[in-house]
Amino acid sequence: MNVITENFDLFFQGFLKTLGICIICMFGTLALGTVVAGFRVSPVAPLRGVGTMYVNVVRNCPLTVVLFLIAFGLPEIGINQSYYTFGCAALIIYTAAFVCEALRSGINAIPAGQAEAARAIGLTFTQNLSSVILPQAFRTAIPPVGSVIIAMIKNSAILGAFGVSGDLLGNAILLTSSRGQDPTPVYLSIGFFFLLITIPAGLLLMYLERKAVILR
Amino acid sequence: MKTSTLRSPRRLRTAKVAAVVAVGVLALTACGGGSDSDDTGDAEATQATFEAGTTMETLQKAGKITIGTKFDQPGFGLKGLTDEPEGFDVEIAKIIAEGLGIDDDNITWVETPSAVRETKIEDGEVSLVAATYTINDERKERITFAGPYYEAGQQVMVRSDDSAITGPESFKANPDLKVCSVAGSTPADNISSYLASKSQLVTFDVYSKCADALRTNQVDAVTTDNVILLGLVGASEGKFKVVGDTFTKEPYGIGIKKGDTAFCQYIVDTLKKASEDGSYEEAWTETAGKVEGSTVPTLPTADACA
Repeated sequence: MNVITENFDLFFQGFLKTLGICIICMFGTLALGTVVAGFRVSPVAPLRGVGTMYVNVVRNCPLTVVLFLIAFGLPEIGINQSYYTFGCAALIIYTAAFVCEALRSGINAIPAGQAEAARAIGLTFTQNLSSVILPQAFRTAIPPVGSVIIAMIKNSAILGAFGVSGDLLGNAILLTSSRGQDPTPVYLSIGFFFLLITIPAGLLLMYLERKAVILR
Repeated sequence: MKTSTLRSPRRLRTAKVAAVVAVGVLALTACGGGSDSDDTGDAEATQATFEAGTTMETLQKAGKITIGTKFDQPGFGLKGLTDEPEGFDVEIAKIIAEGLGIDDDNITWVETPSAVRETKIEDGEVSLVAATYTINDERKERITFAGPYYEAGQQVMVRSDDSAITGPESFKANPDLKVCSVAGSTPADNISSYLASKSQLVTFDVYSKCADALRTNQVDAVTTDNVILLGLVGASEGKFKVVGDTFTKEPYGIGIKKGDTAFCQYIVDTLKKASEDGSYEEAWTETAGKVEGSTVPTLPTADACA
Protein backbone atom coordinates (compact mmCIF):
# COMPACT_ATOMS: atom_id res chain seq x y z
CA MET A 1 0.00 0.00 0.00
CA ASN A 2 2.95 2.31 0.74
CA VAL A 3 4.07 1.92 -2.83
CA ILE A 4 0.92 3.66 -3.99
CA THR A 5 0.77 6.48 -1.47
CA GLU A 6 4.50 7.23 -1.72
CA ASN A 7 4.48 7.32 -5.50
CA PHE A 8 1.07 8.81 -6.01
CA ASP A 9 2.46 11.72 -8.05
CA LEU A 10 4.04 9.23 -10.46
CA PHE A 11 0.77 7.38 -10.89
CA PHE A 12 -1.14 10.60 -11.29
CA GLN A 13 1.25 11.98 -13.92
CA GLY A 14 1.01 8.70 -15.79
CA PHE A 15 -2.77 8.86 -15.49
CA LEU A 16 -2.85 12.37 -17.00
CA LYS A 17 -0.51 11.38 -19.82
CA THR A 18 -2.57 8.29 -20.66
CA LEU A 19 -5.79 10.33 -20.44
CA GLY A 20 -4.29 12.91 -22.83
CA ILE A 21 -3.33 10.22 -25.33
CA CYS A 22 -6.83 8.71 -25.09
CA ILE A 23 -8.60 12.01 -25.70
CA ILE A 24 -6.44 12.93 -28.70
CA CYS A 25 -6.82 9.47 -30.17
CA MET A 26 -10.56 9.37 -29.54
CA PHE A 27 -11.20 12.52 -31.58
CA GLY A 28 -8.69 11.48 -34.21
CA THR A 29 -10.11 8.02 -34.64
CA LEU A 30 -13.74 9.18 -34.73
CA ALA A 31 -12.86 11.66 -37.49
CA LEU A 32 -10.81 9.20 -39.53
CA GLY A 33 -13.32 6.38 -38.96
CA THR A 34 -16.16 8.59 -40.22
CA VAL A 35 -14.20 9.50 -43.35
CA VAL A 36 -13.42 5.85 -44.08
CA ALA A 37 -17.07 4.90 -43.49
CA GLY A 38 -18.03 7.65 -45.96
CA PHE A 39 -15.60 6.10 -48.45
CA ARG A 40 -17.12 2.67 -47.99
CA VAL A 41 -20.68 3.79 -48.75
CA SER A 42 -19.80 6.32 -51.45
CA PRO A 43 -21.12 5.92 -55.00
CA VAL A 44 -17.57 6.23 -56.40
CA ALA A 45 -16.14 2.74 -56.89
CA PRO A 46 -12.43 3.60 -56.39
CA LEU A 47 -13.22 5.31 -53.06
CA ARG A 48 -15.18 2.24 -51.98
CA GLY A 49 -12.19 0.13 -52.96
CA VAL A 50 -9.80 2.26 -50.91
CA GLY A 51 -12.11 2.15 -47.90
CA THR A 52 -12.57 -1.61 -48.11
CA MET A 53 -8.86 -2.22 -48.52
CA TYR A 54 -8.01 0.04 -45.60
CA VAL A 55 -10.42 -1.72 -43.28
CA ASN A 56 -9.39 -5.19 -44.33
CA VAL A 57 -5.66 -4.57 -44.09
CA VAL A 58 -5.56 -2.55 -40.88
CA ARG A 59 -8.25 -4.46 -39.02
CA ASN A 60 -6.57 -7.78 -39.68
CA CYS A 61 -3.10 -6.72 -38.52
CA PRO A 62 -2.13 -6.88 -34.84
CA LEU A 63 -1.80 -3.44 -33.27
CA THR A 64 1.82 -4.17 -32.42
CA VAL A 65 2.59 -4.68 -36.10
CA VAL A 66 0.89 -1.40 -37.08
CA LEU A 67 2.79 0.40 -34.31
CA PHE A 68 6.05 -1.21 -35.28
CA LEU A 69 5.68 -0.32 -38.94
CA ILE A 70 4.96 3.30 -38.09
CA ALA A 71 7.43 3.85 -35.25
CA PHE A 72 10.33 1.94 -36.82
CA GLY A 73 9.39 1.81 -40.49
CA LEU A 74 8.79 5.49 -41.17
CA PRO A 75 12.16 6.67 -39.73
CA GLU A 76 13.77 4.08 -41.98
CA ILE A 77 12.54 6.03 -45.03
CA GLY A 78 13.54 9.36 -43.52
CA ILE A 79 10.32 10.45 -41.79
CA ASN A 80 11.20 11.55 -38.27
CA GLN A 81 8.56 12.47 -35.71
CA SER A 82 8.36 12.11 -31.96
CA TYR A 83 7.36 8.66 -30.72
CA TYR A 84 4.35 10.30 -29.11
CA THR A 85 3.12 11.39 -32.56
CA PHE A 86 3.93 8.01 -34.08
CA GLY A 87 2.15 6.20 -31.26
CA CYS A 88 -1.00 8.32 -31.45
CA ALA A 89 -1.04 8.05 -35.26
CA ALA A 90 -0.80 4.27 -35.11
CA LEU A 91 -3.54 4.00 -32.50
CA ILE A 92 -5.80 6.31 -34.53
CA ILE A 93 -5.19 4.45 -37.79
CA TYR A 94 -5.75 1.07 -36.16
CA THR A 95 -8.91 2.00 -34.27
CA ALA A 96 -10.42 3.91 -37.20
CA ALA A 97 -10.93 0.64 -39.08
CA PHE A 98 -13.14 -0.62 -36.24
CA VAL A 99 -14.93 2.72 -35.86
CA CYS A 100 -15.67 2.63 -39.58
CA GLU A 101 -17.26 -0.80 -39.36
CA ALA A 102 -19.28 0.07 -36.27
CA LEU A 103 -20.50 3.20 -37.98
CA ARG A 104 -21.42 1.27 -41.10
CA SER A 105 -23.68 -0.95 -39.01
CA GLY A 106 -25.40 2.28 -37.97
CA ILE A 107 -25.69 3.41 -41.58
CA ASN A 108 -27.15 0.05 -42.62
CA ALA A 109 -29.79 0.36 -39.92
CA ILE A 110 -31.28 3.43 -41.61
CA PRO A 111 -34.13 2.53 -43.95
CA ALA A 112 -33.12 2.89 -47.61
CA GLY A 113 -36.14 5.15 -48.17
CA GLN A 114 -34.44 7.95 -46.23
CA ALA A 115 -31.46 8.13 -48.57
CA GLU A 116 -33.75 7.85 -51.58
CA ALA A 117 -35.97 10.65 -50.30
CA ALA A 118 -32.96 12.85 -49.66
CA ARG A 119 -31.73 12.21 -53.16
CA ALA A 120 -35.20 12.92 -54.54
CA ILE A 121 -35.23 16.43 -53.06
CA GLY A 122 -31.89 17.11 -54.75
CA LEU A 123 -29.32 16.64 -51.98
CA THR A 124 -25.83 15.72 -53.14
CA PHE A 125 -24.09 12.62 -51.75
CA THR A 126 -22.11 14.68 -49.25
CA GLN A 127 -25.19 16.61 -48.11
CA ASN A 128 -27.14 13.38 -47.89
CA LEU A 129 -24.42 11.78 -45.76
CA SER A 130 -23.75 14.72 -43.47
CA SER A 131 -27.33 15.90 -42.83
CA VAL A 132 -29.45 12.78 -43.17
CA ILE A 133 -27.53 9.54 -42.86
CA LEU A 134 -24.63 10.14 -40.45
CA PRO A 135 -26.53 11.99 -37.69
CA GLN A 136 -28.87 9.02 -37.46
CA ALA A 137 -26.10 6.47 -37.95
CA PHE A 138 -24.09 7.92 -35.05
CA ARG A 139 -27.07 7.67 -32.73
CA THR A 140 -27.69 4.06 -33.64
CA ALA A 141 -24.02 3.15 -33.53
CA ILE A 142 -23.26 4.52 -30.05
CA PRO A 143 -22.98 1.10 -28.33
CA PRO A 144 -20.58 -0.50 -30.86
CA VAL A 145 -18.52 2.68 -31.35
CA GLY A 146 -18.35 3.02 -27.56
CA SER A 147 -16.96 -0.50 -27.22
CA VAL A 148 -14.34 0.30 -29.83
CA ILE A 149 -13.31 3.47 -27.97
CA ILE A 150 -13.03 1.59 -24.67
CA ALA A 151 -10.90 -1.06 -26.36
CA MET A 152 -8.74 1.77 -27.72
CA ILE A 153 -8.21 3.22 -24.26
CA LYS A 154 -6.91 -0.11 -23.04
CA ASN A 155 -4.80 -0.57 -26.16
CA SER A 156 -3.10 2.75 -25.43
CA ALA A 157 -1.09 0.94 -22.75
CA ILE A 158 1.06 -0.63 -25.45
CA LEU A 159 2.41 2.76 -26.54
CA GLY A 160 4.74 2.65 -23.55
CA ALA A 161 6.64 -0.12 -25.34
CA PHE A 162 7.17 2.06 -28.42
CA GLY A 163 9.12 4.99 -27.08
CA VAL A 164 6.33 6.90 -25.35
CA SER A 165 7.50 7.50 -21.79
CA GLY A 166 5.72 8.69 -18.70
CA ASP A 167 2.38 7.03 -19.37
CA LEU A 168 0.76 4.73 -16.81
CA LEU A 169 2.46 1.56 -17.92
CA GLY A 170 5.82 3.27 -18.43
CA ASN A 171 5.74 4.52 -14.84
CA ALA A 172 4.76 1.05 -13.63
CA ILE A 173 7.86 -0.36 -15.30
CA LEU A 174 9.92 2.40 -13.69
CA LEU A 175 8.62 1.52 -10.23
CA THR A 176 8.94 -2.24 -10.49
CA SER A 177 12.21 -2.33 -12.34
CA SER A 178 14.50 0.49 -11.30
CA ARG A 179 12.96 1.26 -7.91
CA GLY A 180 12.56 -2.41 -7.05
CA GLN A 181 8.95 -2.25 -5.90
CA ASP A 182 6.62 -5.21 -5.58
CA PRO A 183 4.82 -5.56 -8.94
CA THR A 184 1.48 -6.77 -7.52
CA PRO A 185 0.29 -3.52 -5.87
CA VAL A 186 1.80 -1.45 -8.69
CA TYR A 187 -0.05 -3.27 -11.44
CA LEU A 188 -3.25 -3.42 -9.39
CA SER A 189 -3.07 0.37 -9.19
CA ILE A 190 -2.44 0.66 -12.91
CA GLY A 191 -5.57 -1.41 -13.45
CA PHE A 192 -7.43 0.88 -11.06
CA PHE A 193 -6.34 4.01 -12.94
CA PHE A 194 -7.41 2.48 -16.24
CA LEU A 195 -10.80 1.73 -14.73
CA LEU A 196 -10.87 5.37 -13.66
CA ILE A 197 -10.85 6.23 -17.36
CA THR A 198 -12.90 3.39 -18.83
CA ILE A 199 -15.77 3.21 -16.33
CA PRO A 200 -16.70 6.91 -16.58
CA ALA A 201 -16.35 6.55 -20.34
CA GLY A 202 -18.82 3.66 -20.22
CA LEU A 203 -21.25 5.65 -18.05
CA LEU A 204 -21.03 8.58 -20.44
CA LEU A 205 -21.80 6.25 -23.32
CA MET A 206 -24.85 4.87 -21.52
CA TYR A 207 -26.06 8.41 -20.93
CA LEU A 208 -25.52 9.37 -24.58
CA GLU A 209 -27.29 6.23 -25.72
CA ARG A 210 -30.34 7.06 -23.62
CA LYS A 211 -30.32 10.64 -24.86
CA ALA A 212 -29.90 9.80 -28.51
CA VAL A 213 -32.01 6.71 -28.85
CA ILE A 214 -34.18 6.63 -31.97
CA LEU A 215 -37.58 5.15 -31.24
CA ARG A 216 -38.71 3.10 -34.14
CA MET B 1 -9.19 6.71 0.48
CA LYS B 2 -12.00 4.40 -0.40
CA THR B 3 -9.70 2.10 -2.29
CA SER B 4 -7.56 1.17 0.66
CA THR B 5 -10.40 -0.71 2.29
CA LEU B 6 -11.24 -2.34 -0.99
CA ARG B 7 -7.79 -3.38 -1.87
CA SER B 8 -6.28 -5.19 1.08
CA PRO B 9 -8.31 -8.42 0.88
CA ARG B 10 -7.93 -8.45 -2.87
CA ARG B 11 -4.20 -8.01 -2.60
CA LEU B 12 -4.00 -10.96 -0.27
CA ARG B 13 -5.93 -13.07 -2.70
CA THR B 14 -3.61 -12.09 -5.54
CA ALA B 15 -0.64 -12.90 -3.38
CA LYS B 16 -2.05 -16.36 -2.87
CA VAL B 17 -2.68 -16.84 -6.56
CA ALA B 18 0.79 -15.57 -7.31
CA ALA B 19 2.25 -18.00 -4.81
CA VAL B 20 0.38 -20.91 -6.38
CA VAL B 21 1.55 -19.85 -9.83
CA ALA B 22 5.09 -19.46 -8.59
CA VAL B 23 5.06 -22.95 -7.11
CA GLY B 24 3.69 -24.27 -10.38
CA VAL B 25 6.41 -22.57 -12.35
CA LEU B 26 8.99 -23.90 -9.94
CA ALA B 27 7.68 -27.40 -10.35
CA LEU B 28 7.76 -26.99 -14.11
CA THR B 29 11.28 -25.65 -14.22
CA ALA B 30 12.37 -28.39 -11.89
CA CYS B 31 11.06 -30.95 -14.37
CA GLY B 32 12.06 -29.16 -17.53
CA GLY B 33 15.45 -28.05 -16.33
CA GLY B 34 16.64 -31.62 -16.39
CA SER B 35 18.45 -31.07 -13.16
CA ASP B 36 17.76 -34.53 -11.85
CA SER B 37 21.04 -34.97 -10.13
CA ASP B 38 21.31 -38.63 -9.26
CA ASP B 39 24.27 -37.84 -7.10
CA THR B 40 27.00 -37.67 -9.68
CA GLY B 41 29.28 -38.51 -6.81
CA ASP B 42 31.39 -35.43 -6.38
CA ALA B 43 34.00 -37.27 -4.42
CA GLU B 44 36.43 -34.40 -4.66
CA ALA B 45 34.88 -32.80 -1.64
CA THR B 46 37.76 -30.59 -0.79
CA GLN B 47 35.29 -27.87 0.09
CA ALA B 48 35.12 -26.19 3.39
CA THR B 49 32.49 -27.39 5.80
CA PHE B 50 29.84 -24.91 6.75
CA GLU B 51 28.09 -24.28 9.99
CA ALA B 52 24.81 -26.18 10.30
CA GLY B 53 21.70 -24.23 9.40
CA THR B 54 23.40 -21.77 7.10
CA THR B 55 22.35 -21.30 3.50
CA MET B 56 25.73 -22.64 2.40
CA GLU B 57 25.28 -25.87 4.32
CA THR B 58 21.77 -26.38 2.95
CA LEU B 59 22.91 -25.81 -0.61
CA GLN B 60 25.99 -27.98 -0.22
CA LYS B 61 23.85 -30.81 1.14
CA ALA B 62 21.32 -30.44 -1.65
CA GLY B 63 24.12 -30.46 -4.20
CA LYS B 64 22.21 -28.17 -6.50
CA ILE B 65 21.30 -24.52 -6.76
CA THR B 66 18.90 -22.28 -8.67
CA ILE B 67 20.43 -19.03 -9.89
CA GLY B 68 18.76 -16.03 -11.49
CA THR B 69 20.46 -14.13 -14.29
CA LYS B 70 19.57 -12.19 -17.40
CA PHE B 71 19.12 -14.05 -20.66
CA ASP B 72 19.42 -11.01 -22.91
CA GLN B 73 22.48 -9.09 -21.74
CA PRO B 74 25.42 -9.62 -24.10
CA GLY B 75 28.67 -10.18 -22.21
CA PHE B 76 26.94 -10.67 -18.85
CA GLY B 77 24.06 -13.08 -19.20
CA LEU B 78 22.97 -14.10 -22.66
CA LYS B 79 21.16 -17.28 -23.60
CA GLY B 80 21.81 -18.21 -27.18
CA LEU B 81 21.12 -21.46 -28.94
CA THR B 82 22.71 -23.49 -26.18
CA ASP B 83 20.72 -24.47 -23.14
CA GLU B 84 22.80 -22.42 -20.75
CA PRO B 85 23.28 -18.68 -20.49
CA GLU B 86 26.76 -17.28 -21.00
CA GLY B 87 28.49 -14.20 -19.66
CA PHE B 88 30.39 -12.60 -16.83
CA ASP B 89 27.47 -12.78 -14.39
CA VAL B 90 27.06 -16.44 -15.21
CA GLU B 91 30.76 -17.16 -14.62
CA ILE B 92 30.73 -15.30 -11.31
CA ALA B 93 27.68 -17.29 -10.21
CA LYS B 94 29.46 -20.50 -11.24
CA ILE B 95 32.45 -19.56 -9.08
CA ILE B 96 30.13 -19.06 -6.10
CA ALA B 97 28.39 -22.39 -6.75
CA GLU B 98 31.71 -24.16 -7.15
CA GLY B 99 32.75 -23.05 -3.68
CA LEU B 100 29.70 -24.87 -2.37
CA GLY B 101 30.71 -28.06 -4.14
CA ILE B 102 28.07 -27.68 -6.84
CA ASP B 103 29.26 -28.25 -10.39
CA ASP B 104 27.87 -26.53 -13.47
CA ASP B 105 25.49 -29.37 -14.36
CA ASN B 106 23.62 -28.95 -11.10
CA ILE B 107 22.86 -25.29 -11.57
CA THR B 108 19.36 -24.43 -12.72
CA TRP B 109 19.30 -21.06 -14.49
CA VAL B 110 16.20 -18.91 -14.16
CA GLU B 111 15.65 -15.77 -16.19
CA THR B 112 15.35 -12.73 -13.94
CA PRO B 113 14.61 -9.56 -15.89
CA SER B 114 14.96 -6.33 -13.93
CA ALA B 115 11.36 -6.12 -12.77
CA VAL B 116 11.15 -9.49 -11.04
CA ARG B 117 14.56 -9.84 -9.39
CA GLU B 118 13.52 -8.82 -5.87
CA THR B 119 10.33 -10.87 -6.04
CA LYS B 120 12.13 -14.03 -7.10
CA ILE B 121 14.63 -13.64 -4.27
CA GLU B 122 11.92 -12.94 -1.68
CA ASP B 123 9.87 -15.92 -2.81
CA GLY B 124 12.92 -18.16 -2.50
CA GLU B 125 12.59 -19.18 -6.12
CA VAL B 126 16.28 -18.51 -6.62
CA SER B 127 19.12 -18.73 -4.10
CA LEU B 128 20.97 -15.83 -5.63
CA VAL B 129 20.70 -13.37 -8.49
CA ALA B 130 23.64 -12.24 -10.61
CA ALA B 131 22.07 -10.07 -13.26
CA THR B 132 23.84 -6.71 -13.86
CA TYR B 133 22.22 -5.85 -10.56
CA THR B 134 23.13 -2.33 -9.48
CA ILE B 135 23.36 -1.95 -5.71
CA ASN B 136 21.07 0.81 -4.47
CA ASP B 137 19.29 1.71 -1.25
CA GLU B 138 15.78 1.22 -2.53
CA ARG B 139 16.56 -2.34 -3.53
CA LYS B 140 18.37 -2.96 -0.25
CA GLU B 141 15.06 -2.56 1.53
CA ARG B 142 13.86 -5.83 0.07
CA ILE B 143 17.03 -7.88 -0.43
CA THR B 144 20.68 -8.04 0.63
CA PHE B 145 23.55 -7.41 -1.77
CA ALA B 146 26.89 -9.22 -1.63
CA GLY B 147 29.67 -7.44 -3.41
CA PRO B 148 30.13 -5.44 -5.57
CA TYR B 149 31.91 -7.80 -7.89
CA TYR B 150 32.14 -5.30 -10.74
CA GLU B 151 31.83 -1.56 -11.11
CA ALA B 152 30.26 -0.36 -14.32
CA GLY B 153 29.74 3.27 -15.24
CA GLN B 154 27.26 5.03 -17.43
CA GLN B 155 28.37 6.55 -20.74
CA VAL B 156 26.87 8.08 -23.86
CA MET B 157 26.89 6.56 -27.35
CA VAL B 158 26.26 8.59 -30.50
CA ARG B 159 26.43 8.18 -34.28
CA SER B 160 30.00 8.14 -35.56
CA ASP B 161 29.51 11.28 -37.67
CA ASP B 162 28.12 13.26 -34.73
CA SER B 163 30.46 15.76 -33.10
CA ALA B 164 27.82 17.88 -31.37
CA ILE B 165 27.48 15.63 -28.35
CA THR B 166 30.55 15.33 -26.17
CA GLY B 167 29.03 13.88 -23.03
CA PRO B 168 25.92 13.99 -20.85
CA GLU B 169 26.33 17.75 -20.40
CA SER B 170 25.44 18.34 -24.05
CA PHE B 171 21.76 17.56 -23.47
CA LYS B 172 21.05 20.55 -21.24
CA ALA B 173 22.66 22.91 -23.75
CA ASN B 174 20.51 21.73 -26.62
CA PRO B 175 16.94 20.74 -25.66
CA ASP B 176 16.27 19.34 -29.14
CA LEU B 177 18.61 16.44 -28.57
CA LYS B 178 16.95 13.15 -27.67
CA VAL B 179 18.52 10.35 -25.68
CA CYS B 180 17.36 6.75 -25.46
CA SER B 181 17.55 4.21 -22.65
CA VAL B 182 15.61 1.25 -21.30
CA ALA B 183 12.38 1.99 -19.45
CA GLY B 184 12.68 1.68 -15.71
CA SER B 185 16.42 1.15 -15.74
CA THR B 186 18.88 2.89 -13.45
CA PRO B 187 20.62 4.60 -16.42
CA ALA B 188 17.29 6.10 -17.49
CA ASP B 189 16.84 7.45 -13.97
CA ASN B 190 20.41 8.78 -13.87
CA ILE B 191 20.33 10.65 -17.17
CA SER B 192 17.19 12.55 -16.15
CA SER B 193 19.20 15.04 -14.10
CA TYR B 194 21.26 15.89 -17.19
CA LEU B 195 18.24 16.81 -19.29
CA ALA B 196 16.62 20.18 -19.88
CA SER B 197 13.18 18.61 -20.25
CA LYS B 198 11.62 15.22 -19.63
CA SER B 199 10.60 14.86 -23.26
CA GLN B 200 14.26 14.45 -24.22
CA LEU B 201 14.25 10.95 -22.81
CA VAL B 202 12.94 8.17 -25.04
CA THR B 203 12.57 4.74 -23.50
CA PHE B 204 12.22 1.24 -24.91
CA ASP B 205 12.12 -2.21 -23.41
CA VAL B 206 15.46 -3.32 -24.88
CA TYR B 207 18.66 -1.58 -26.01
CA SER B 208 18.52 -3.00 -29.52
CA LYS B 209 15.49 -0.78 -30.18
CA CYS B 210 17.44 2.22 -28.86
CA ALA B 211 20.28 1.38 -31.24
CA ASP B 212 17.81 1.17 -34.10
CA ALA B 213 16.31 4.54 -33.17
CA LEU B 214 19.81 6.03 -33.07
CA ARG B 215 20.59 4.67 -36.52
CA THR B 216 17.41 6.12 -38.05
CA ASN B 217 17.90 9.57 -36.44
CA GLN B 218 14.90 9.21 -34.14
CA VAL B 219 17.21 9.83 -31.18
CA ASP B 220 20.66 11.43 -30.99
CA ALA B 221 22.23 9.31 -28.28
CA VAL B 222 21.89 6.11 -26.29
CA THR B 223 22.98 5.93 -22.69
CA THR B 224 23.58 3.02 -20.34
CA ASP B 225 26.43 1.17 -18.63
CA ASN B 226 29.68 1.25 -20.58
CA VAL B 227 29.86 -2.53 -20.99
CA ILE B 228 26.52 -2.70 -22.74
CA LEU B 229 27.43 0.23 -25.00
CA LEU B 230 30.68 -1.45 -26.00
CA GLY B 231 28.67 -4.45 -27.12
CA LEU B 232 26.42 -2.22 -29.24
CA VAL B 233 29.36 -0.34 -30.75
CA GLY B 234 30.98 -3.65 -31.59
CA ALA B 235 27.87 -4.81 -33.43
CA SER B 236 27.28 -1.52 -35.28
CA GLU B 237 29.96 -1.90 -37.98
CA GLY B 238 31.45 1.48 -37.20
CA LYS B 239 28.17 3.40 -37.17
CA PHE B 240 28.30 4.26 -33.45
CA LYS B 241 30.92 5.55 -31.04
CA VAL B 242 31.12 6.18 -27.31
CA VAL B 243 31.83 9.75 -26.19
CA GLY B 244 32.84 11.28 -22.85
CA ASP B 245 33.84 9.64 -19.61
CA THR B 246 31.74 7.47 -17.35
CA PHE B 247 29.61 9.77 -15.22
CA THR B 248 28.10 7.34 -12.72
CA LYS B 249 29.23 4.40 -10.66
CA GLU B 250 27.11 1.30 -11.04
CA PRO B 251 28.35 -1.29 -8.60
CA TYR B 252 26.97 -4.70 -9.56
CA GLY B 253 26.16 -6.95 -6.61
CA ILE B 254 24.85 -10.45 -6.02
CA GLY B 255 21.29 -10.34 -4.75
CA ILE B 256 20.38 -12.72 -1.93
CA LYS B 257 17.63 -13.04 0.68
CA LYS B 258 17.44 -10.07 2.99
CA GLY B 259 19.44 -10.45 6.17
CA ASP B 260 21.41 -13.55 5.18
CA THR B 261 24.74 -12.07 6.30
CA ALA B 262 26.52 -15.42 6.55
CA PHE B 263 25.79 -16.18 2.89
CA CYS B 264 26.77 -12.64 1.95
CA GLN B 265 30.08 -13.01 3.79
CA TYR B 266 30.69 -16.33 2.08
CA ILE B 267 30.14 -14.75 -1.37
CA VAL B 268 32.45 -11.85 -0.55
CA ASP B 269 35.17 -14.24 0.60
CA THR B 270 34.72 -16.49 -2.44
CA LEU B 271 35.01 -13.54 -4.81
CA LYS B 272 38.14 -12.36 -3.05
CA LYS B 273 39.65 -15.80 -3.42
CA ALA B 274 38.67 -15.86 -7.08
CA SER B 275 40.36 -12.54 -7.62
CA GLU B 276 43.55 -13.85 -6.00
CA ASP B 277 43.74 -17.12 -7.92
CA GLY B 278 42.97 -15.50 -11.27
CA SER B 279 39.59 -17.12 -11.91
CA TYR B 280 37.90 -13.72 -11.61
CA GLU B 281 40.07 -12.33 -14.39
CA GLU B 282 39.53 -15.46 -16.45
CA ALA B 283 35.76 -15.12 -16.05
CA TRP B 284 36.05 -11.61 -17.47
CA THR B 285 38.35 -12.26 -20.41
CA GLU B 286 36.26 -15.21 -21.57
CA THR B 287 32.99 -13.24 -21.61
CA ALA B 288 32.55 -9.45 -21.45
CA GLY B 289 36.29 -8.96 -21.94
CA LYS B 290 36.01 -10.20 -25.52
CA VAL B 291 34.50 -6.89 -26.62
CA GLU B 292 37.03 -4.60 -28.20
CA GLY B 293 38.09 -1.67 -26.06
CA SER B 294 37.21 -3.18 -22.69
CA THR B 295 39.72 -3.34 -19.89
CA VAL B 296 40.13 -6.09 -17.34
CA PRO B 297 38.57 -4.91 -14.08
CA THR B 298 39.95 -5.40 -10.61
CA LEU B 299 37.59 -6.68 -7.96
CA PRO B 300 36.15 -3.65 -6.11
CA THR B 301 36.35 -3.56 -2.33
CA ALA B 302 33.28 -5.31 -1.00
CA ASP B 303 30.66 -3.52 1.06
CA ALA B 304 30.17 -4.72 4.62
CA CYS B 305 27.60 -7.49 4.94
CA ALA B 306 24.72 -6.11 6.97
